[in-house]
Amino acid sequence: MEPFTTHQGTVAALDRANVDTDQIIPKQFLKRIERTGFGQFLFFDWRFLPDGSADPGFELNRPEAAGATILLARRNFGCGSSREHAPWALADYGFRAVIAPTFADIFFNNCFQNGMVPVKLAEADVDELFRRAAAAAAAGTQYRMRVDLRECTVSDDAGFSQSFSVDPFRRQCLLEGLDDIALSLRHADAISAWEAAHGLPPVGA
Amino acid sequence: MSAPRTLLDKIWDDHVVCEPSGELPLLYIDRHLVHEVTSPQAFEGLRLAGRRVRRPEATFATPDHNVPTSDRRLPIADPVSKQQIDTLRANCREFGVRLFDLGDADQGIVHVIGPELGITQPGMTVVCGDSHTATHGALGALAFGIGTSEVEHVLATQTLRQAKPRSLEVRVNGRLLPGVTAKDLVLHIIGRLSTEGGSGFVIEYTGEGIRGLGMAERMTVCNMSIEAGARAGMIAPDVTTFDYIRGRDFAPRDFDRAVAAWEKLPSDPNATYDRVEIFAADAVVPQVTWGTNPAQVVGVDARVPDPDAFADPNERSSAARALDYMGLAGGTPIAEIAIDRVFIGSCTNSRIEDLRAAARVVQGHRVAGTVRAMVVPGSGRVKRQAEEEGLDRVFREAGFDWREAGCSMCLGMNPDTLAPGERCASTSNRNFEGRQGKGGRTHLVSPAMAAAAAVRGHFVDIRDWDYR
Ligand code: SF4
Repeated sequence: MEPFTTHQGTVAALDRANVDTDQIIPKQFLKRIERTGFGQFLFFDWRFLPDGSADPGFELNRPEAAGATILLARRNFGCGSSREHAPWALADYGFRAVIAPTFADIFFNNCFQNGMVPVKLAEADVDELFRRAAAAAAAGTQYRMRVDLRECTVSDDAGFSQSFSVDPFRRQCLLEGLDDIALSLRHADAISAWEAAHGLPPVGA
Repeated sequence: MSAPRTLLDKIWDDHVVCEPSGELPLLYIDRHLVHEVTSPQAFEGLRLAGRRVRRPEATFATPDHNVPTSDRRLPIADPVSKQQIDTLRANCREFGVRLFDLGDADQGIVHVIGPELGITQPGMTVVCGDSHTATHGALGALAFGIGTSEVEHVLATQTLRQAKPRSLEVRVNGRLLPGVTAKDLVLHIIGRLSTEGGSGFVIEYTGEGIRGLGMAERMTVCNMSIEAGARAGMIAPDVTTFDYIRGRDFAPRDFDRAVAAWEKLPSDPNATYDRVEIFAADAVVPQVTWGTNPAQVVGVDARVPDPDAFADPNERSSAARALDYMGLAGGTPIAEIAIDRVFIGSCTNSRIEDLRAAARVVQGHRVAGTVRAMVVPGSGRVKRQAEEEGLDRVFREAGFDWREAGCSMCLGMNPDTLAPGERCASTSNRNFEGRQGKGGRTHLVSPAMAAAAAVRGHFVDIRDWDYR
């Protein structure tokens, strides 16, 4: 997994609550058997008009969102299905972090497995970031932010700085880009002991 | 004496393998269910790392999301769907996993066949790369959906890294009134909790209104816990549960001993939950969703709400966007909404009890000329049972399509989809934009309500139904 320490990038502001994984990656694109190549289908039904051209009204298609790597979103982002295709699509499109007041549980967990940081901030802070992003867009510029996982802070160049909390184990895995299966297999003896205590036959016997 | 514990506490404590300092606890997983959409990358990961499936005998697979529900003798038309199903087949063969394949008499939706075959049992931890794994909590298991990386982790280690979730008791006092079903109850609960109200919690459903439900109804309730944001829903096992499991293919051989252990699972009398929400069963009326998430729901006797009526700005803009997508105006009586399609199926409502309820409504009536309606049984077993009881004839004679088992138009990964603008009364669990087909408009209802809407061509209050 690609490690994450700090990241600086431009922000795309998606001002909608309850964005579900069916929107992030519609089901017709779940048939691939690879982990890669999903970025082209991200928000497909919102991003593209029926004739296949980009919908200029959709937030990610606006000029200020070009090349964005940080997604700013509203409450309950990633609700719905467990499909990891959602973080795969976001990551493949180029996002390294998503900032929202709340996330759906499974999506939140899935982010960490894919080198992407879900940043939970207070609703008032998220409101403020939306205001700053809108002001930058109105001025014809892009809004830039910095996500620092070592310090657990998000900040911009105009005085915004806020800390966020993240499970220490997940944070460590992301900082070091660890293979968490290998980490768990270090406890193989404990797993075998649990199985023996519960009367399960030894594995591979 | 040890402190009183909840059902969740007991299952959790029993399954913690270790809690190494600085790490998340490792939780042992008893049953791992696998389907074709969320597993190929996990098996590929194992292969690349040279790892094996730790306990193939605890792992069960079936193709359900992509499968055609029309004639199974024909080859699968969509080459990508076919590839995904072939890949599952190859992976199961290579890694020694039991597969209930297409054409197997027991194939079906993973959350229907797990309980039906007795694979999922009280006190177990159950996972699947699928958010509706919550269904299995109806048997008194801790069951939840996981992502594909976690599927790989479970395949390789038979454990999962998990922080202990908080507990939410949803207590349902009293009994449901005639015509009101478990589906209406859970939609009503979600409407009040909101789509994220259960986030971070495992819901335990308790109270007379839950105890009085049969197993199929309990599965309907637990199934939709995820729509309130909860990872899992669970119901303490009791005689109803034990009677359901007895005699099933994978039920424990020493059944009495198993029951003796299961009887210890229910929450202790003085156990405390992190949060409690109380509902009155007799306040629930038949429900119909009007929006694009399951919490956007009202009674069939109500009207589509006006977005301006919502105080919260997020909810107001969500409602306005939803009504625009749904092609509905605020203030429209629900009973005046005309529909084009009816889908009876999905892991929420495709069990034999659901089909019986729908058939009772349909008996002696015909599907309205403006409506196309289909019934998709949840499994091969449900289908055979329904045919033995003659339910297929009731549906066919009324003008319904009678299909093979699978997820079908719950998410339309197979050819069963809505056309843009089509409006559907559906017994499934998600009314998200495009869920049943791009531009399709989904209203979630109970099987009886869906059947009645098929006959009349618009929503009707099932409590007034003319049963023949
Ligand atoms: S029936 Fe629908 S919700 Fe259930 S597993 Fe299949 S696609 Fe998912």
